[in-house]
Amino acid sequence: MDAANTLAAPPAGTVPPKRASRVRASRRTADRSLRIACTLATLLGAIVLGSILLMLIVEGLKGLSPTLLTQPTPGPGSEGGGIANAILGSLVMTFIGILIATPIGVMAGTYLAEYGRGSKLADVIRFLNDILLSAPSILIGLFVYTLMVRPMGTYSGWAGAVALAIIATPVIVRTTEDMMRLVPGTLREAGAALGAPASIVIRSVTWRAASAGIVTGIILALARIAGETAPLLFTALNNNSWFNANLMGGVANLPVMIYQFALSPYPNWQQLAWAGALLITVTILALSVIARVVIKPQRAR
Amino acid sequence: MTTLTDQIALADTRGVARRQGPSRGGDAVFRGAAYASALLVLLVLAGILGSILYGGWPAFREFGFGFLTSSAWNIGTEQYGALVAVIGTLASALLALVIGVPISLGIAIYLTQLCPGWARKPVGMTIELLAAVPSIIYGMWGLFIFAPLFARFVQVPVSNLVEGMPLVGTLFYARVPSGVGILTAGIILAIMIVPFVASIARDMLDQIPTILRESAYGIGCTTWEVVRHVLVPQASVSIIGAIMLGLGRALGETMAVTFVIGNANRLSASIFDPGSTIASRIANEFNEADGMQLNALMALGCILFVITFIVLIVARLLTRRAKVA
Repeated sequence: MDAANTLAAPPAGTVPPKRASRVRASRRTADRSLRIACTLATLLGAIVLGSILLMLIVEGLKGLSPTLLTQPTPGPGSEGGGIANAILGSLVMTFIGILIATPIGVMAGTYLAEYGRGSKLADVIRFLNDILLSAPSILIGLFVYTLMVRPMGTYSGWAGAVALAIIATPVIVRTTEDMMRLVPGTLREAGAALGAPASIVIRSVTWRAASAGIVTGIILALARIAGETAPLLFTALNNNSWFNANLMGGVANLPVMIYQFALSPYPNWQQLAWAGALLITVTILALSVIARVVIKPQRAR
Repeated sequence: MTTLTDQIALADTRGVARRQGPSRGGDAVFRGAAYASALLVLLVLAGILGSILYGGWPAFREFGFGFLTSSAWNIGTEQYGALVAVIGTLASALLALVIGVPISLGIAIYLTQLCPGWARKPVGMTIELLAAVPSIIYGMWGLFIFAPLFARFVQVPVSNLVEGMPLVGTLFYARVPSGVGILTAGIILAIMIVPFVASIARDMLDQIPTILRESAYGIGCTTWEVVRHVLVPQASVSIIGAIMLGLGRALGETMAVTFVIGNANRLSASIFDPGSTIASRIANEFNEADGMQLNALMALGCILFVITFIVLIVARLLTRRAKVA
C-alpha cells in the first residue's frame, strides 16, 4: 500500500513545475534512504538477538554435563561440580519474591483501578509506581541492604527475596490496573444491581474478567526478576555449599553465580557460568513468550 | 459510563454496606487492604531515598561539595570523590542515546509504516524479546563476543589512523586496545535501551489517527515526508519522553556495564579507554567496602538516585501512560 504511494508521481501542486524532476529524484532518494535505514535498524536488532542466542547455545551446550543439575558449585580451581544449588536458590528466592509481590501488587492495582479513580492520591501513587518500575535495580539492592542485611548482620536469602519482590511489585501493579480498566463498567453495574457490595463485585466480576491479563503481568514480573543480578549482589550474595533450606544465610543463585564464575580465571567455573546463562535466558525468554502469546492478554491495541 | 459505575459500585460502598450488615466488615477490610498496598508503593520509594541518604550522609559531611568535584578514589588514604564515576555514567549514557535513538526510531518507523502486515507481530516480538534478556547476559555477550571483535576491527584501525592528530587523536586513541571501555559500554547500553525506546515510540506512532497519515499520502507525500512532516511532529513530545526513559535505564544499568567498562579509576579523555560508572563502582566494591568507603559508595548511590529520578520523572511526564513491560 505504502509502496504504491511512493512510486506514484507527486502531483504538480506540491512542487514548482520547473524543478519538478530534480525535486522528485531527491524526494525519491530521501524516501529510499529512510526505508533502507529503517530496515537495517530492524535487521540489526534481530541480528543482535540472534547473536546472543547463538553464543549462549554454542558456549552453554559445551558446559552441559551429567552433574550440572545434580551437583553443587565446585570450589575455585577444582573440576566437576554443577549448578544445582544456584538453580534451587534462584527458584526459592524468585518464588518467595513473587509470593510477596503478587498480593501487594494486585491489591494496589485494584485500588488504582477501582477505588482511587479520580483521587489525587491515586494519581501520585500511579506516578510513583511508574517511577519505581524503571528505577535502577542497584538502588533497590542498596535499600534492602540497609533495611535487612545490616540490621541482621548477614547476607540472607530473605533479603534477596524481598529485593526481588520490590522489583516485581510495580510490574504487577501496572498490568493489574491496566487490565482492570479494560473491564467494561456495565459488568460492574450488573453486579452492583444484584446488590453485591463493592468488594464482591471486584472479586467475582472485575478480577475474573481481567484474570488472564493479571496472570500475564505476574508472569512478566517473574521473567523480570529471574535474571536480576545487581540487587542480589548485596542481599543474597552467594554460597558455594549445598542449599540447606536456610534462608538466614547467603544463598547461592544463578545470576550472581554467573557473574562471579564468568569473570573468574578458572575454565571449569567459566563453563558452568555459560551453562547457567543458557539455562536462565531460555527460561526467561520462554516465560516472556508464554506471557505474550499463549495467554493472549486482552490488550486494547 | 464510568461515572455511573463509580457511583453505583464503588463510591457509595458505605451506603450499600449499611443496608447489608454481614458484608460490611469484609468490604471494609478489602478496601483497606487495597489502600494499604497502594500506600506501600509510596513508602518503598521514600524508603529507598531515606536509606541511601542515611548511608551516604557521613561521606557528604566529610567531603562536602568537594565530593562531587574530586576525582580521588583512594582506599588507603580514605579520600573519595565522585567525579570519575559521574562522568563515566553520563558519558556512557549519552553515547548510548547517540547510538541507540536513531536505531530505535528506525525500528519504530519500520514496524508501523514499512513492515508488511504478516511480519509485524514476529518482528515486534523479536525486538521485545531483546528487552527480556537479562542484563548480565548482555554483559557476557559484550565482554566475550563483542569486545574482541570491537578491539580488532574498530579500536586498532581507528587508533592507528588518528594517532597524533589533535583532538580526534585524544578522543579516539586507545592506549591498550582491549575492546573494553566507555564506548563499548555505550554501545552495549544502546542495544539494551533500543527495545524500550522502540516499543514506546511504536505505540506512540500507532496512536496517531490513520486519517492524518492517509491525507498526507493522499496529497502525494512519500513515506519519508509522511514520517518527517506528519508523524514526527505529532509524536515528538512522547518520543522525547521515550528517549528520556531510555536515558534513565542507561544511567542506572549495572551488570552489563560492569562487564565491559573496564572499571578503571582514572579520568581519560578518550572514549576508547576504560572508565567506571556509579553503578559499576558500587557493584564492584560494595561487598568488600567498609567504613568511609561504604559511605562514599552510598553517597554515589544518592547521586545516581537524584540523576535517574529527575530523568525518569521528566520522562513519565512526557510519555504519561506509555506501556513499559
